Order: sequence, then C-alpha cells, then structure tokens
Amino acid sequence: MGSRNLGLFGSFIKEGWEKAFFVAKFFCVLHVTGTYLVNPVQTYGPSMLPAIDLTPSVFLSERISARSGKVTRGDIVVLRSPQNPRKFISKRLVGMEGDTITYLSSPGNSDKHETLVVPKGHIWVQGDNIYNSTDSRNFGPVPYGLVQSRIFWRVSPLKDFGPFWKK
Amino acid sequence: MGTTSFLWNFSKKFVTFGLITVTISDRYVTVVPVRGGSMSPTFNPKTTSSIGNISDDYVLVEKFCLNKYKFSHGDVVVFRSPLNHKETHIKRIVALPGEWLGTRHNHDVLKIPEGHCWVEGDNAASSMDSKSIGPVVLGLIKGRVTHVVWPPHRIGAVKSTPPERLSSL
Repeated sequence: MGSRNLGLFGSFIKEGWEKAFFVAKFFCVLHVTGTYLVNPVQTYGPSMLPAIDLTPSVFLSERISARSGKVTRGDIVVLRSPQNPRKFISKRLVGMEGDTITYLSSPGNSDKHETLVVPKGHIWVQGDNIYNSTDSRNFGPVPYGLVQSRIFWRVSPLKDFGPFWKK
Repeated sequence: MGTTSFLWNFSKKFVTFGLITVTISDRYVTVVPVRGGSMSPTFNPKTTSSIGNISDDYVLVEKFCLNKYKFSHGDVVVFRSPLNHKETHIKRIVALPGEWLGTRHNHDVLKIPEGHCWVEGDNAASSMDSKSIGPVVLGLIKGRVTHVVWPPHRIGAVKSTPPERLSSL
C-alpha cells in the first residue's frame, strides 16, 4: 500500500514537472521570437502625425534589420529613449552617420535653421509632426545601439490592418 | 525508421536546450569574456599587448538591474559602444544622471544629462571611456558585472569600489 501511494505521489510530481517545463518552454519561445524576430508595439501620442494617428494602435515591428544594421532613412524605428532608458519611442529615421542634417530649431516660432553632421555610430530621428515631438532636435543624435526594431505591419485598428512600409 | 526518430528526438532536445539557454542569457544572467587591459587590475591584471590572450577573464553579468536601470557609483557595467553598436565595452560607472563631475585634465565641471552616466576604465592609461567619448546613454547598458568566474584562481566577487588610483591622476 505504501509503495503504491508513493507511486501515485511520484506520478503527480512528474506530471507537475512536465507542465511547468512546458510553460517554461512556451515562455522561452515567446522571448526568442520577441527578441530576435517580431515584436508587437503599441503607439500613442501625436508625434508621428499624420503617418500614425492619435488613437492607440498596435504594430508589428521586426528586429532583424535593426540587429544587422540594415535600417535606413525613412524607416519608422522603435528605440529606447536616451533620456529615460525604461521608455520606448517610435520616430522616423532621418539621417545616418555622416549625413548633414538641416532642421528648424523651433518650428512655429521662427524660421531659424540649424545644420549639423551626424557623428559616427549615431542616427538622427525625428517625429513627422515637427510641432509636437520630442526627438533629436531636443536630445541630439542618438547612438545606433538604442534602436530596437523597425515597424512594418499595422494590426489595429483592424480596418487599417496591413503592411505599413515607409508610409 | 529508428534513425529518423532518434534524429528527430535529438534535434528537438537540442532546440529546446538552445531556446532555454538564449532566454536565460538574454534576461537573467550570462557570461562574457573580457578583452584588453582597460579594466586592469580588476580584470585581466597581466595583459600583454597580444590579442586573444589565453588568460582572459570571464565574468558573470546579471541583467536584473535592467528592470529599473538603477545603478550606483562603482558598478561595473557592460554597454554597447556609442560609436559602434556591434562592440561592447566593460567600464566602471563614475557618475550618475544629474550629478556634477569635475574632469581632472581640463578643469571643467559638467553636469551629467538625464538618462546618461559617466563611465571610466580602472586602468586610466589605456581606456577608451567617457573621457574621450563623453557621457554614455543608460539605455546602452546591457548588464552589471558581479563576479569573475574564470580562470579558477581569480574566481571572486567584483567590488563596487575602484582599486587604489595612482596618485598621478
């Protein structure tokens, strides 16, 4: 009787262990796809008007081109904010290293232009809505290492479902 | 038939193992080699000029600090180079965001901007650090070094205080 009880108990443990291992594996697959392939992002705020409207919307972003250094001018990239490392921002990539950038330093107030060259290993990002965007015009060029992914597919709202490639 | 099922089982186990390893090393803890002598004597105390020294130190890097990005003075961190995103560097944090820092060589006082930190190598003579590239963005930090794990005679925790500086500084 005792041995049979132990057997039951043992199979119970075994089953629990198998379930836990399955959950852990599932979590690992999620992590690897999210880190190396495709990651969903939710956007909000006015800085990318008119390309991305004000309603909270969900996009798919891919990690491969950011990792291999293939993002180029015109892509909408997701990057870690240089001012707060726990925050992510999505902006349009305007200049790569070595590019000469001319921008309006305070749009709406004056026509003053400023020009600079993007330093080595850095990129220049800007929101499409130049009147309401915190971007490289405030914090300067950002290191390429902050780029996380490139937005390529719109998921929600569902009526706009489809590729979102250089819009 | 037996061989295919064996191969299938083997590759399944291999992929599972790989997934788990990658997840743990990305999210929790990983081991990286230290190249070069810029952190000597904390790491690689006897580095010769040759590249690929056999006695390279291997260090344990924990990633739990990335949940909050809270660091303290003297933490040794691994970060992506601001100049080249494919390179990573290991340096010690000297100043945190919002602090004032006096640089010794040109007697300037500068404020570390929000979201940045000032990093320096322990070996002041041969170190490409904030003295030449300026403050480093916190978002580039990939982990905090806690222990030396290899070679065996150097196993031990990494102290949060820099070793004695040379008086010539």
